[in-house]
Amino acid sequence: MADIKVRKFVTVVEEILHEGGPPAAVPPRRAVVAAVIENPFAGRYVDDIMGLMDDLKPLGIEMATRLVKALGGDAGVVEGYGKGAIVGEAGELEHGALWHNPGGYAMRELLGGAKAIVPSAKKVGGLGAKIDIPITHINASYVRSHFDAIEIGIGDAPRRDEMVLILAMTTGARVHARVGGLKKEDIKAGDGLR
Amino acid sequence: MSVRIRKIVTILEETLIEEGRPVSPPTRRAAAVAVIENPLAGRYVEDLSELFAAGEELGGLLGERARAALDIPGPSVESFGKAAAVGADGGLEHAAALLHPKLGAPLRALLGKGAALIPSSKKRAGPGATFDIPLGHKDAARVRSHFDGMEVSIADAPRADEIAIAVALTDSGRPHPRVGGLRKADVKGEDGLV
Repeated sequence: MADIKVRKFVTVVEEILHEGGPPAAVPPRRAVVAAVIENPFAGRYVDDIMGLMDDLKPLGIEMATRLVKALGGDAGVVEGYGKGAIVGEAGELEHGALWHNPGGYAMRELLGGAKAIVPSAKKVGGLGAKIDIPITHINASYVRSHFDAIEIGIGDAPRRDEMVLILAMTTGARVHARVGGLKKEDIKAGDGLR
Repeated sequence: MSVRIRKIVTILEETLIEEGRPVSPPTRRAAAVAVIENPLAGRYVEDLSELFAAGEELGGLLGERARAALDIPGPSVESFGKAAAVGADGGLEHAAALLHPKLGAPLRALLGKGAALIPSSKKRAGPGATFDIPLGHKDAARVRSHFDGMEVSIADAPRADEIAIAVALTDSGRPHPRVGGLRKADVKGEDGLV
């Protein structure tokens, strides 16, 4: 991580045993990792920001690795993913967009070439701002049981000149998924959609 | 488990930079939070022993989850704390029943020691409420470098008939402590204060 200054990592793992219905045989788990980094472009307009995208690649790999570890160390259990960014108020939304490439590709690589686009959300926010990270199936975006979202926020971040970069992975469907649609068993096209 | 658990959330926070200065090694704190059904919600019940028993089981379970998140042996834990957020239809005394009579013994067994009072807080709150878990040194409450707190929240809990109960553990005090007081190197660890 050549020029990336990480102030803090936060890792959250949620294990869902039930939501009022029958307890899950294997409780689905959802994990999020967030890194609070300094925003080198805060406070001024910088036209060429592309260099940071490459600089963020090692951080993407590090965070994806932390997520798999938080889920027990086997990338094979991961079925859903998502990503996001909260940019501190002295930055702009476009700075958060730099995370699409390094965050997304790090997870797809670690998960053995996952095919679906990684859904994402981004916003500008202050300390304690929360963001809902959208989640879809790693190989087929239309798998309805895996549409989900995870809320994350950090009490003391982002400061004005910081960004919170976020990756998320899940091990299964919503705990009582029952609204039909494409099932994961029926994924076939290999186009990342169905 | 004598009460029904809906979900368990584990949060690990690692601080690498504070006030612009590196923290080496990074300070780490972990919280484990269980969302349980409140069997006494919505009515006044004199005898709270059902929740005493649940507190005992949760002290062991949540302590172990938080320790595992830190990935250190129990005796290496430096500070601890506990807290509960009771849903709208519950009483503060329900939180007290979980936290105070029996939660501490299994937690201290896990840590090998822990002569100090376990600092605690409680509140009534809705889903997504943040609550702060106070932290103090596990063997000597007067270790000033370890007075701290950790904020947690769960987006969908506590519902009106639920309680979110948390145990937090650390491997360290605040990142750059410099307000004096009893140092951890000077702890006697017998009466829980010094």
